[in-house]
Amino acid sequence: MKRLAVPALALAAMQPAAVLADYQWNFPKPVTPIARDTLAIHNEFMLIITTLFVVVFAIMIYSMVKHRKSVGHAPAKFSGPSGALQWFWVLVPFGILLFIDFVLMGIPAFHAVIDMEDTKTRADMVVKVTGMQWKWQYEYPDDGIKFISNLATPPEQIENRAAKGENYLLEVDNPLVLPVGKKVRVLLTATDVIHTWWVPQFGVKRDAIPGFIRETWVRIEEPGTYRGQCAELCGKGHGFMPVVVKALPEAEYLAWRDAKKAELAQSAAGAERAWSKDELMAKGKEVYAKQCSVCHQPEGQGLPPAFPALAGSKVVNTPLLTPEGKLVPDGHVDRVMNGKANTAMQAFKNTLSDVELAAVITFERNSFGNRMGDMIQPAQIKSLR
Amino acid sequence: MNTATITVNGHVGHHDGGHHPAGILRWLTTTNHKDIGTMYLTFALVMFFVGGIMILAVRAELFQPGLQLMKPEFFNQLIGIHGLVMIFAALMPAATGFANWQIPLMIGAPDMALPRLNNWGFWLLPPAAILLTLPFTLALFGIGDGALATGWTFYAPLSVQGGIGVDFAIFAVHILGISSILGSINIIVTIFNMRAPGMTMMKMPLFCWGWLITAFLLIATIPVLAGAVTMLLTDRHFGTHFFNAAGGGDPILFQHLFWFFGHPEVYILLLPVWGLMPHVLSTFSRKPAYGYKAQVYAFIAIGILSVIVWAHHFFTAGMPVPALLYFMYSTMSISLPLAVLFFCWIATMWRGAMSFETPMLFATGFIVLFGIAGLTGLVLADVAADAQYHHSYFVVAHFHYALFAGGIMGVMTGVYYWLPKWTGRMYSETLGKWHFWLTVVSFNLTFMPQFFLGLAGMPRRIPDYALQFAEFNALSSIGAFILGLSQLLFVWNVVQCMRGQGAPAGNRPWEGAEGLEWELPSPPPYHSWEVQPQVK
Repeated sequence: MKRLAVPALALAAMQPAAVLADYQWNFPKPVTPIARDTLAIHNEFMLIITTLFVVVFAIMIYSMVKHRKSVGHAPAKFSGPSGALQWFWVLVPFGILLFIDFVLMGIPAFHAVIDMEDTKTRADMVVKVTGMQWKWQYEYPDDGIKFISNLATPPEQIENRAAKGENYLLEVDNPLVLPVGKKVRVLLTATDVIHTWWVPQFGVKRDAIPGFIRETWVRIEEPGTYRGQCAELCGKGHGFMPVVVKALPEAEYLAWRDAKKAELAQSAAGAERAWSKDELMAKGKEVYAKQCSVCHQPEGQGLPPAFPALAGSKVVNTPLLTPEGKLVPDGHVDRVMNGKANTAMQAFKNTLSDVELAAVITFERNSFGNRMGDMIQPAQIKSLR
Repeated sequence: MNTATITVNGHVGHHDGGHHPAGILRWLTTTNHKDIGTMYLTFALVMFFVGGIMILAVRAELFQPGLQLMKPEFFNQLIGIHGLVMIFAALMPAATGFANWQIPLMIGAPDMALPRLNNWGFWLLPPAAILLTLPFTLALFGIGDGALATGWTFYAPLSVQGGIGVDFAIFAVHILGISSILGSINIIVTIFNMRAPGMTMMKMPLFCWGWLITAFLLIATIPVLAGAVTMLLTDRHFGTHFFNAAGGGDPILFQHLFWFFGHPEVYILLLPVWGLMPHVLSTFSRKPAYGYKAQVYAFIAIGILSVIVWAHHFFTAGMPVPALLYFMYSTMSISLPLAVLFFCWIATMWRGAMSFETPMLFATGFIVLFGIAGLTGLVLADVAADAQYHHSYFVVAHFHYALFAGGIMGVMTGVYYWLPKWTGRMYSETLGKWHFWLTVVSFNLTFMPQFFLGLAGMPRRIPDYALQFAEFNALSSIGAFILGLSQLLFVWNVVQCMRGQGAPAGNRPWEGAEGLEWELPSPPPYHSWEVQPQVK
């Protein structure tokens, strides 16, 4: 087995590109300066430790072959170094190890850390990433753009009822779009539990911690679509919240940005007008499928006790608002907008628009056997914020 | 002990006297170090299979992409309880079982210093194991939503959000911690007070040294873990906000507290094994252990370093650059005392007259595979590269090389080495060799692919994965099942010896064995050294 382990590790070190079609033996192709640096350091370290491994265990295996009782080797009696020469040979390996630790590995590691943590120098733009169970929200503070990025793989594929697509579990509805060649400062936070934002080809991985801002940076060198995943266990949907980043040349990025701004402005305008119940129900069904059905299930049956059913729910079947038009404490609208502390039920007023909130609340009150018959307008939601 | 000559004073007889009750009461009330050692080891073996079955269910789910066997919620429960069971209910009790059996025999004492405490230390374990696994059963009856689903690390706020499984796990950890501390106190008191006349600290067997450092580490760090999970408990139920930013707390505080315990824990699991290695290597090389003093000082150095490097377990959580650099370089410096141990192990074998019975096979397998754990640990210390390795399967592979190849295979080395002494019977050498080769091959088949999965970008603790990870996961699952099944050979071998099958072992079954325990008959009398031997 020792013999197997050596070539395997050596292979990891010396074959940056995939050697066999389906097997990936090393980091995926780096597309940022940090990822290139990390790959170079990793390859160097793997060579160092493989060499150490081979040399040390070659000595041991030599001894295991030569110094056997069955070949008649008589045991020596020594139990420690004696004399200056032996002491010298005992201390040499530790000299070498000190050199490897703090010079050969220590110096490049030092520079890599400094580079990685330098998020602020000459940053061209800022993106804020918010992790939440189990999706990512991306925000461009300078442009007022904000949207949610959800897993796009259909449940049929996960449950083996349909063939799995090429980007199974690594595809989203709204990828993060970034310009190529710009230094992007990435600010990270979370709304509920700790998540970790990771794109292997960027060489960065950083935790998104509720109540705190952490940061990292990327400068993507080539256009393309880059895929990663949440890397910190964050509950049942941990394996199902991918990170997808689309890197565009600057002109295309600017065009995307303007289009996105216009789209968001249009949907904000929707909040001003009165919506019919049918419109709200149709929109609400869409929102429910994306935001709510993971926990509360497509038919509203929930997964008790962690995720209560909405069908026949006590909370859903409360009056919509007080007679004065205020929130009913712990009522349906309050729960959806403000969430429930210490549970996976988050405050959706932070992530959904007025229209989406009004639609999904109306939908829940009039579906799964709930027959409240009433509806709420986006404008009312706006006044309750 | 390596150069000491030993005189056995007086007559060592079979004075067990029959003053102890028989049947189940014997085991419930026993204060005898051998009975308690046997119970610890048996408990560890049972829990090793409990934790093993959990992870085989996980590997079965991961055999192919897609969800086939279980829901993600249940998957998360299995991985966390697997970790807690293997660490707290399999490896730690196994090491304590060794300590109970061997320390009195090796230092020439009649028993442990605090026998009633010893009994209680063991009997705390079964209730804790039940607490840990009970939520699985409760969930079947519709009570609660199953066991701890946060991984074995309890990270807040996920653990604040969790169900009753978290509370059960918190209490289980409290009880396991009390048990460990009681065991540690007993070991320290025994070693300091009950060594045979003439056995100075620097003549004491290395196994006892390894355990002594372990015991101090346990006493230093278990209370921190107990404090951390208690803070978690009050956050969950009594309105405190230690780990809630909205109330002025900090989720990362939990990680600091947890890993202040968690990193020394690695050495708590490994030091007893490092302690027993020189005995086995020296026996089968027919040559004194190399560098006794150097190994003792390396144990002490590792013990000290282990409590000042904890934050390398969460580099990606973000911390100031000076902190990153400090934890990086201090972690790298652990490689120096560890290299001392590797050097001494290999130098013990060098120019010996080696033979490769099962314990020696396991010992050499341990050195090579644990070497991979150590070397990958060195690269993990680098903050920038760690950003890629961390939270990925690379880390999973790394710590299984440390805790399976280092911990479990080390324990198996010790069991094969001392089993003839404990039972008076030789195990089957053929089965032992089969067990070794199957374990080593399937272990590497299980965990070597996981290094590559991690490099390719597969995060740990996911119940389903992208298609590019499929081949390596399938290999890993096949390896895991062979690995699990081959442990049945071990059970068969041990049970046969316990039932009195096999050739009689004699006082000194190994030609090159040195040390007080080999002066006694196999199995040793119920009270080992009624008259203490003289060590010169």
